[in-house]
Amino acid sequence: MSGSGPGHTSRWLPWHAIAVFGFLYLPIVTLIVYSFNGSGVGGFPPHNLTLDWYRMLFADDAIWTSVLNSFLVALAAVAISLTFGIPAALALDRANFPGKVLFRRLVLLPLILPGIITGLSLLMLFREAAVKLSLITIVLGHGTALISVATTEVFAGLQKLDRAQEEASLDLGANYWQTFWRVTIPNLRLSLIGAALLIFTLSMDEIAVSFFLIGRDNTLPLEIWGRLRRGITPEINAISSIIFIFSLVAIVIWYRLRASAEAKPEIVAELVETVS
Amino acid sequence: MFSRAYRAAITLPPLLWVAVFLLFPYVLLFFYSFWLVSPTQTIVHSWTLDNYRELFRVNVYLQTLFRSMWIAARVMIFSLMLGYPLAYYLSFHAGKRKDLFYQLVIIPLWVSYLVRAYAWKTILGSDGVLNTLLQYMHVTKHPLEFLLYSPFAVVLTLTHIYTPFAFLPIYASLEHIPRNLVEASHDLGASPFQTFWRVIFPLSIPGVLAGATFAFVLSLGDFLAPLLLGGPSGIMISNIVVSLFGAAYNWPLGAAISLCMLLLVLALLFVSENLEKKWSFR
Amino acid sequence: MATTTEPAGLNTAQSSSPPLLSIRNVAKSFGRTAVLRDISLQVAEGEFLTILGESGSGKTTLLRIIAGFENADSGEIIMGADRLDRLPPYRRRVNTVFQHYALFPHLTVAENVGYGLKVAKQPKDEIAERVEQALAMVKMTAYASSKPAKISGGQQQRIALARALINRPRLLLLDEPLSALDANLRRQMQVELKSLQREVGISFVFVTHDQEEAMVMSDRIALLRMGELEQVASPREIYSRPATAYTAQFIGHTNLLRGEVKDGVARCQSLSWRTGLRDGPGLFSLRPENIRLASAMPTGATARFRGRIRQQAFHGATDLLQVECADGLAISVRTASHENWQGDLDLEFSPSDAVPVRESQEKS
Repeated sequence: MSGSGPGHTSRWLPWHAIAVFGFLYLPIVTLIVYSFNGSGVGGFPPHNLTLDWYRMLFADDAIWTSVLNSFLVALAAVAISLTFGIPAALALDRANFPGKVLFRRLVLLPLILPGIITGLSLLMLFREAAVKLSLITIVLGHGTALISVATTEVFAGLQKLDRAQEEASLDLGANYWQTFWRVTIPNLRLSLIGAALLIFTLSMDEIAVSFFLIGRDNTLPLEIWGRLRRGITPEINAISSIIFIFSLVAIVIWYRLRASAEAKPEIVAELVETVS
Repeated sequence: MFSRAYRAAITLPPLLWVAVFLLFPYVLLFFYSFWLVSPTQTIVHSWTLDNYRELFRVNVYLQTLFRSMWIAARVMIFSLMLGYPLAYYLSFHAGKRKDLFYQLVIIPLWVSYLVRAYAWKTILGSDGVLNTLLQYMHVTKHPLEFLLYSPFAVVLTLTHIYTPFAFLPIYASLEHIPRNLVEASHDLGASPFQTFWRVIFPLSIPGVLAGATFAFVLSLGDFLAPLLLGGPSGIMISNIVVSLFGAAYNWPLGAAISLCMLLLVLALLFVSENLEKKWSFR
Repeated sequence: MATTTEPAGLNTAQSSSPPLLSIRNVAKSFGRTAVLRDISLQVAEGEFLTILGESGSGKTTLLRIIAGFENADSGEIIMGADRLDRLPPYRRRVNTVFQHYALFPHLTVAENVGYGLKVAKQPKDEIAERVEQALAMVKMTAYASSKPAKISGGQQQRIALARALINRPRLLLLDEPLSALDANLRRQMQVELKSLQREVGISFVFVTHDQEEAMVMSDRIALLRMGELEQVASPREIYSRPATAYTAQFIGHTNLLRGEVKDGVARCQSLSWRTGLRDGPGLFSLRPENIRLASAMPTGATARFRGRIRQQAFHGATDLLQVECADGLAISVRTASHENWQGDLDLEFSPSDAVPVRESQEKS
């Protein structure tokens, strides 16, 4: 709205924006285009368009096993993150206890810390506890790292929650547990769905922490990673393109959910703000 | 309004989980850094500063650390250069399309890191898209070797990945600036440029600091991009740590380096936070 | 059908020198909503003009168009020899006091006040001197190095004022600057603003929805309703000779009497009085304070009627009585007497106090 007065322009700004969007999207677009390229991953111009790589992909059992693994891990990660993230958000919103500041920082730390540190420290924990590395350890790793996402989403949702509703519920005779399930959770519905979607997507894509906690079974990113060490083929382009489409759909749904809950979505910005 | 039982119920479970899976592991990291690895590949629980002495004695560690910091610094600068004008454009000039553009910026953020790094790998290789494109257009005769397996490739890829990270807090802080301040500045005779420099930019500094911190810290600890694209000249400190936990099997040394990284990161966060507070006027 | 140009007959307090600002046929729509329709208005040198209206009347939009934050869809704004509407806000010799002050949070009070001068690249010592004067003028010298977050709302408002006036604009715009203050502070600031304007001699265009405020401070009031000017006149004029039913009801209290005029007599249910109007339907505004208890001896000069007390409300200086006439007509009467009135009363008013007003139509 500013700049609606006469004579106010910055002409290079739109071009810069276009350039940045190009920079952000061209690699991905290239990737998708070359997933149809018969002669391989590189080489310009692409020719010999084919669906062979996708056919190869769909016949590739190892990949689909890893997809299933990732899927299960992601579901479990959502469960853990929400189970501990919801009370964490409530605690930050409503309780005062010694060490609250430390707690808040600890919970949010995995968001800003390089994944290697979180992964390594968990690795050491499992080693000292003589726990064998497996999908379970990956689940624990993802859950821990992603509690921060659940906490920030739910916390933001709590800010918009009308405290008076809970007070009314208590006033009318419901106890805390009943109020939690009948009033608090339903009001947080959108935040919870958004958080679940986000955590699920992040878990499916997660590689940094998983790298250190992997046992015998691969998650999808780690399966791809393994292939990359051996040599790159457009089959990887194909699976990458599919991953991109799914992530895209998930994020757009998530954004729309949040946008419908508030007038001005500054969603991930809030995430970022609480950390900084 | 909330009873002690309620507060205990919401505080204890996450507190316990965080203590077991976050706090205790960091403590373990701390302990490990003082232990040693024996010739038979077992961890010896001696308590010694040997690992730390090793870090300073052998050049490669410090060299790699400084190279990592230089890479991270470049990523930070480029991310800010790309992200700030974009955030400014969205916040002040995008009008009705602001929402759409915002979605367009955050979508790459959540698309797999691996996918994006891989995309650059296919583009920058000697047989990759960019080189063959340049040769096709007769701009070059031979593939440009420096594009891949170099610090250049790492900086480029990490900038691609972390620009949206830098964008977000800058955008948030710009959005928080009340528009009537911009109008007041114009009203008092300041041109759009003067208004930007004297009003908008100073008020966006906390966002810039946060974005810069994100980009720097996350780049510093990155090990995937160097592994995929860095080649021998692009090795970063995290790669050394990874190999110490892998083939080079020296967990305590790796822990020592990790702990240094952790402390460095915490120090940066601390400084950044204080600077942000100093520049926050809300 | 309200006039949108200034009605010549009702325009008193008009100086004979050329106007400072001419607004001609300005119109503005947002999407499909017409916010301003064909506004023409002039602001004289050194006058305190208030644009008065409810929310949605377009008053803030009009102010923002003068300041340059919005562009009119059509029409012109002329100040002196310049087409003001062709200039961006930072080139107009117009300054604004914003509704929520819009002080720069990262600058001190002194830096805020000196901002316009700094931006115009004035020399440092001149800026310092003028800032000192400006702060003294609004009695805020002690707060020069404070940050806006640390001072109260009323103090912020003074700083916003100083920041605008220091630039010696030809016209000062004030966008409901007192609406965030509590009642007592508000009244105090009204007086201060008025005397400040007199002292400084600059034309003030003041926007408010508070009709009392408008009457206290203004040389002239421009009443805006749904994007059109209902009436532009001095407070006294607009109060005693409202042009339309809306004006009569918006400004102060009134009894709106709908009646029939025949042979020089206006009749509204049980009320009748002499009037010079032509035969036909008529609408009249009769202010409650112009109705009084009938004197014992009826004279032909006043109109008398009888009514039963339904309600008596204490309003401080006066009491407001709700009276019901025989045929159900409800009349408000304002009296200085606080006596407890009961039963039937004889009341009277002068026919000249029943002011004929135009209908105010519903607008799309």
